[in-house]
Amino acid sequence: MQALYAQLLVGLINGSFYALLSLGLAVIFGMLNIINFAHGALYMMGAFVAYFLLNLGGISYWWALLLAPIIVGIFGMILERTMLQWLTGLDHLYGLLLTFGIALIVQGVFQNYFGSSGLPYSIPDQLKGGVNLGFMFLPIYRGWVVIFSLVVCIATWFLIEKTRLGAYLRAATENPTLVRAFGINVPRMITLTYGLGVGLAALAGVLSAPINQVRPLMGADLIIVVFAVVVIGGMGSIMGSIITGFALGVIEGLTKYFYPEASNTVVFVLMVLVLLVKPTGLTGRAA
Amino acid sequence: MKKSIASLLLGTALAVTAAGAAFAQDKAVKIGALSDQSGLYADLGGPGSTLAAQMAVEDSGLAAKGWKIDIISGDHQNKPDIGTAIARQWFDVDKVDIIVDVPNSGVALAVNNVVKEKNGVYINSGAATSDLTNAQCSPNTVHWTYDTYMLAHTTGQALVKAGGDTWFFLTADYAFGAALERDTTAVIAANGGKVVGGVKHPLNTPDFSSFLLQAQASKAKIIGLANAGGDTTNTIKQAAEFGIVKGGQKLAALLLFLTDVKAIGLETAQGLNFTETFYWDMNDQTRAFSKRFSEKMKNGAMPTMVQAGVYAGVRHYLKALDALGGNPHDGVKVVEKMKSMPTEDELFGKGEIQPNGRTIHNAYLFEVKKPSESKGPWDFYKLVGTVPGDQAFTPLSESKCALLKK
Repeated sequence: MQALYAQLLVGLINGSFYALLSLGLAVIFGMLNIINFAHGALYMMGAFVAYFLLNLGGISYWWALLLAPIIVGIFGMILERTMLQWLTGLDHLYGLLLTFGIALIVQGVFQNYFGSSGLPYSIPDQLKGGVNLGFMFLPIYRGWVVIFSLVVCIATWFLIEKTRLGAYLRAATENPTLVRAFGINVPRMITLTYGLGVGLAALAGVLSAPINQVRPLMGADLIIVVFAVVVIGGMGSIMGSIITGFALGVIEGLTKYFYPEASNTVVFVLMVLVLLVKPTGLTGRAA
Repeated sequence: MKKSIASLLLGTALAVTAAGAAFAQDKAVKIGALSDQSGLYADLGGPGSTLAAQMAVEDSGLAAKGWKIDIISGDHQNKPDIGTAIARQWFDVDKVDIIVDVPNSGVALAVNNVVKEKNGVYINSGAATSDLTNAQCSPNTVHWTYDTYMLAHTTGQALVKAGGDTWFFLTADYAFGAALERDTTAVIAANGGKVVGGVKHPLNTPDFSSFLLQAQASKAKIIGLANAGGDTTNTIKQAAEFGIVKGGQKLAALLLFLTDVKAIGLETAQGLNFTETFYWDMNDQTRAFSKRFSEKMKNGAMPTMVQAGVYAGVRHYLKALDALGGNPHDGVKVVEKMKSMPTEDELFGKGEIQPNGRTIHNAYLFEVKKPSESKGPWDFYKLVGTVPGDQAFTPLSESKCALLKK
């Protein structure tokens, strides 16, 4: 039984990465109608920016949490301005192909210069060590990841669903022409939203840098699972992707305990089951 | 009519002689470096292995003797089907003579069959499974550098003898992990130890915390890592996070490469014991080679033992071709020649290729240095002990290789 608690907690930790990443994807899909396959590459860039900040600029993890999302977010906004914006109104496939291509290029460039095994990034001193919870030894850093990502997820949900800015955003997706008539700069808002989604990916990258290796392919390994999370949660649903992210982390953790061989397929099995029963995803509305 | 038959016969005879002459003078060779070019094993093999093969060709001096040697490379993406498809195309269309490297035991075993079928030459340096020169040995195959038997009988044995008598395995769920766990389990049992449990994890797993918790709960003295590359670095890094080593359990990195230690960082990796057959900083010759190698690598990396093995293997192959006086395009014949010559190169020293295809050379027990002991960006290892080749690798008496039954 104790082992089970431990696995649940570990699942929750992984779930927080799924939640942060799928949240960014959901924001981008919900607001821009773009299936952002570059998300994994942007997550990886977040981790690399944290690495560079520390090793070239001596800038600590804490500043990286703030700076890396901004830097990568700006990179994302440049992408949106120069490329993605021309795809408005076209079939989803175009956006998917373009972002997939961007992901391959970004990964290839990083791989060319940094190889594939990755670079080390230490856990910040303040979060080193762990606490004995009785049923498991919880590294403080992992606990921090869960709490921090929960706060970020809820804040993002609040921003989009409960504030005036969020209301503008949702209205702009619904009917851009009308919103523009009210004097709101819709293209700029869209760019900023893409920047926000990208920033969330970069933030997840910084959070994961001390746990995993800072590797060019760290995002590529994760992105497929995250897409499954988004599909299960319902494309474009903010709360749906947060809840599914955490839930799937837990389910995956339990699989690792009961039948480890299936741990990297269980998410896809669930995806198939959900799609069979409810094609719009658990919280998705019919189009 | 008679005259025409006579001339026909003469013509045939001339043609046969001409073909014979062409055979003796055929000095064209095509080498295919098949590896994981972009995944979790790309740094330990990958582009570095292709470079090592190129350096071996340059250093062989055969170009000056009129040989024309080409190298092509391919990415098997850690998938046996892709690996065999590339190998088939190389033999059938590109007329490749020899395939080198091929990390990932699953792919390596699959390619082993193709090379045998096409009568090519196969010098494997990247894969670990000892089956390549045991149950699945082939007259076309030479296995350089290391194998699971060697890893088990060096690192594994040293740890059991030092008191690590209970083991829990974290095993990569494919041919390599299974072979390494099997060979290490045999060593543990032979030395009076016991395996108390284990988990098989999928290849390329980003998060090991669930598995590490199970290992922790098992209370085994040693947690054996029967995985490689990115999987091993993630396990070691996350084990540190979960306080596993501080809690008194010891990690046995059964297979660890130079690039893995670089990726983990000395802070976390210090004190790990493991075995390799090559390290760049062994003597003047290895240092000279490694410096040349590193200057040609995009990220300035030093060579791993896999890449060193590719270099040494290709050098020996070319020596055999030179001794044959031409390329017979007959894999079995070339490999027989390779086995008949003792191996000697700057990187592995003196050695031999056994009849089952296993190359025998020294193996070295290393310990990862503390950050304070490291003097440079690649100064990672301390030599702890040397195991002579005949003790490190499978004795022929234990080998089930069919080639030995002649």
